[in-house]
Amino acid sequence: MFGYYIDLALGSLKRTPVLTALMVLAIGLGIGASMTMVTVLHVMTQDPLPERSAHLYKPYLDPLPLKYTGDPLGNDPRTNLTWPDAMALLHAHRAERQAAMAGGNLLVWPQRTDLQPFYVDGRYTTPDFFAMFGIPFVAGAGWSTADEKASAHVVVLDQTLARKLFGNDAALGRSVRLGDISYRVVGVAADWAPKPLFYADASASQFSDSDQFFLPLSVAVDNKLSINGNISGWGSDGVPNNLTDASTSWVQFWVQLATPAQAAAYGQFLVDYSAAQKSLGRYQRPATNAKLYSLMGWLRHENLVPDDVRLQMWLALGFLGVAMLNIVALLLAKFLRRSGEISVRRAMGARKRDIFVQFGIESALVGVAGGLLGLGIAQFGLWSIRQRPDDYAHLASMDPSMLIGTVLLAIIASVLAGMLPAWRACRVPPALQLKTL
Amino acid sequence: MEIRPILATLRKHKLTAVLLTLQVALTCAIVCNVAFMIMHRMQRVSVPTGIAEKALSVVAVRGIGKDENPWARHETDLALLRQIPGVESAVAVSYSLPLDQNIASYGVCPSQAALDRAMQRMSLQGSGCAQASMFDGSPGLLKTLGLDLVAGRDFRPDEYVKGQKDVAVAIISQAFAQHLYPGESALGKEMAAGPKHVVRVVGVVRTLLSPVLMNKGTDYDTMIWPQLPSDAGVEYVLRSAPQDRRRVLDAARTTLLKADPSRIINPKRMQTYSQIRAQYFQRDTTMISLLFASALGLLFVTALGITGLANFWVQQRTRTIGIRRAIGATRTDILRYFQTENFLIVSFGVLLGVLLAIGLNLLLMKHYELPRLPLWYLPVGAVVLWLLGQLAVLAPALRASRVQPVVATRSV
Repeated sequence: MFGYYIDLALGSLKRTPVLTALMVLAIGLGIGASMTMVTVLHVMTQDPLPERSAHLYKPYLDPLPLKYTGDPLGNDPRTNLTWPDAMALLHAHRAERQAAMAGGNLLVWPQRTDLQPFYVDGRYTTPDFFAMFGIPFVAGAGWSTADEKASAHVVVLDQTLARKLFGNDAALGRSVRLGDISYRVVGVAADWAPKPLFYADASASQFSDSDQFFLPLSVAVDNKLSINGNISGWGSDGVPNNLTDASTSWVQFWVQLATPAQAAAYGQFLVDYSAAQKSLGRYQRPATNAKLYSLMGWLRHENLVPDDVRLQMWLALGFLGVAMLNIVALLLAKFLRRSGEISVRRAMGARKRDIFVQFGIESALVGVAGGLLGLGIAQFGLWSIRQRPDDYAHLASMDPSMLIGTVLLAIIASVLAGMLPAWRACRVPPALQLKTL
Repeated sequence: MEIRPILATLRKHKLTAVLLTLQVALTCAIVCNVAFMIMHRMQRVSVPTGIAEKALSVVAVRGIGKDENPWARHETDLALLRQIPGVESAVAVSYSLPLDQNIASYGVCPSQAALDRAMQRMSLQGSGCAQASMFDGSPGLLKTLGLDLVAGRDFRPDEYVKGQKDVAVAIISQAFAQHLYPGESALGKEMAAGPKHVVRVVGVVRTLLSPVLMNKGTDYDTMIWPQLPSDAGVEYVLRSAPQDRRRVLDAARTTLLKADPSRIINPKRMQTYSQIRAQYFQRDTTMISLLFASALGLLFVTALGITGLANFWVQQRTRTIGIRRAIGATRTDILRYFQTENFLIVSFGVLLGVLLAIGLNLLLMKHYELPRLPLWYLPVGAVVLWLLGQLAVLAPALRASRVQPVVATRSV
C-alpha cells in the first residue's frame, strides 16, 4: 500500500511541476537558512571538554567596594580574581586540583638562524593546570610545586611551537628564549585548544585562540611579563595595573571537584572566605555574593554567542515559519482541488485514514526534497560563514548529528504543514462530490 | 466594484484565505522590522569620524629589542617616511585612531571642585566630570589627520612630553567641550585630570570619533594630549593622495625595514584607513546583507504563495468565470474581481501585520537593545505588500480574464 501511495504522490506532484518546484524551493530556503544558524549556535554552545566539564568549576568573588559604579568599558572586574585572592584559594587547597592562570604574549627568539623572532600566545599558570584540564603530553611533563615556588625558568611548549623551533630534534631539556628570559623546556604538550577556550579571559578570541607555551605564573609576576586580558583596578590610591595589588583583578582561577557535595562544600568555603575578608575590612559587599560556577554554567553566564548570531537564528526560523504557512496554503488548495478523486476513492471503500496517509505521504515527499535542497543551501551558507573573518567562523560546519537533524527537521516541518490539508482532504464526503462530477 | 460576492467566495475558502492572510501578516511584521534594522545598521556604519579618511594609511611597527631612545628612532623613521614620493605628511601615534578599537580612556573634570566631588562619591556620575578617549601623537597630528580646528591653536613644540607623563595642555572635541562646559567656551579652561594634574584647553576640534563606539551620546567625547609615543611598538600614519595609498604603504615597509631590519611589521597591520573602517564595521555589513537577503527571500516566498494560490482559484473557477462572461461580464470585470480579492486578503494581512510588527519590535527592544520602530515604516510596509500582492496576482488574473464565455456551455 505504501508503494502505491508513493506512486500516487509522485504522479500528483508531477502533474503540477511548477507548483511542486515552488514548494520545494520555499521549504528548502527556510530549512537551509534555519539550519545554517542552528549549526552556528550549536558549535558555539557545545561543551569544550565533554569528559571533564562536569568536574570543573570557577570561583567567583566580589571584592568590589560598595560605591563602585562600573568600568567605563563595561567589563565586570569580578570576572577575574585579584592576585591575593587567587593565591589564598590556591594555597587553601580545598579542591582536588586548583590552578590560577593568565594569558600572555611573548616574543620568541629562535636559535635557528633562518627564523626571525616572532610573537606567540601562551599561558602563565600553576602546576595543577595540566592534570586538571587533562592536557596530553608528547614528552616530559609540567613543572612541580617546588619549581613554581622557586619561580624556576621552565616552560612547556605545544607540539607546533616545539617543531617550529627545534625541527624534529627532541625539544626536551633544550633552552628557549621568550622575551628577555631563557627557559628550560620541561615538557612538550600535544596541540590542545578547547573551543571555546573557556579558561581564557573574556577579552580573548575564545573560538580561535590557542596556547603555544605554558610557564609558571610566579615567573610572570616576578618579572612583570605582559598580561593579555582585562586588568581592572578599583583602588583609590591611583596605582593602576600593579599586578599583586589587592584591588586589581586579572587572574583566572579554576578548580576540579569530584562530586556535587564537594562542589557545595567549596561554594560554602568561598562564602566563608568572603566573610573572613569582610571582617578584615578588605571586602565590603555581602559574603553571599561569592559563587561557584560550573563550566557550562560559566559559559552561559559569559554568553559567548553574539547577539547578532541569535538574531540571525530567529530571523531564519521566522523565514521557515512563513515558508511553512505558504506550503500549508498551497497544499490545502491542491488537495481540495482533488475532491473529485478523493470522493471516488472514498466511494470505492478507502477509509478516511487511507486518504490521510496518502496525502501525508505526498507532503512528506515535498519535505524530503526540500530537506535535501535545504541541506545544500545550509552547506553553502556555512561555507560563506567560514569565509568571514569572525572569531567563530572557522568552526561553522555540520557534524553527522546536524546533517541528520536537517533532513529530519525538513520532513517534520513538511509533514506538519501537510497535516491540516490532509485532514481537510479526508473529510471530503464521498457521495456529494460524485454528484458534481 | 462590488465586494460582497468576493467576500462570499472567500468565506467558502475560509481556511485557505486565513492561511494566506497569516502569511502576509507575518511577512509584513518581519519585513518592517528587518527594514528598520537595516536602516539602523546603515546609520551606524556611516558614522563620520572627523578625519580625512580617504587620504590616510597606517603602518604598525613592533620593535623587538629594548630601545633606550624611542623618540629619536621615531623621528628618523618619520623623516624617512616623509621622503617617500607621494607622502604629504607623516606622524607617529601610540595606538589610538578613530574606529581602530584600541582605546585609552580617562576621566576628566571641568574643575578641581568637580574632581573633589567625584572623588567623594567615588563616581563620575553627577559630578560634572566625564570620560573621554585620549589620542596622542607626534607634532603635526592635526594637519595629517585633517582635523578641523574650530577654536584655539595647535600644540607648540615645547608642550610635548615624552611618554606617559602629565601634560599641561590639551585639544578637545567640540562634543566633549559641550559636555564639560555646557553653554560656555571651553578655550582656556583648566580641566582636572587627577588630584594634582591640571590640563588647560588650548584648542577645540569640530569632530573626532572615539576608537570604539559605545553609546551615541559619548562617542565623540575625545581629547588629544601632546604626548609622544614612547613604546617600541608604534603606528605611523601617512597622508597621501587616495590612489597612492597602497603604493605608499609598501614603500613605507621597505623603507622602515631597510632602516632597521630587526623589527616586526605585520603585513596585516599595514592598512589604509578605509580598511580599518571596514574592519570595524565588518559584522554590521554582513548583518546588513543578511537582513537584506532574508527580507527579499520572505517577500519572494510570499509572492510565490499568492501566485500559486491565485492560479488554483482561477483553475477551479474556470466554469464560473465562463458563466459570468456569458451573462455579460467584461474581461476587465474579471480582472478587477481577482485583483480586488487579492487586495482584500492582503489588506486583512497588513492590518494584522502592523500589530504583529509593533509586537515584534517590542520583543526586539527588550532582548536586543533595538530602538522603537518609527511608525512611518508601517504604511510603507503596507504599500510594499499591496504592490507585491497586485504584482503576484496579475498573471493569474489576466489568465482568468482570457477565459472564453463558451467554457460555460461545455460540460466537464
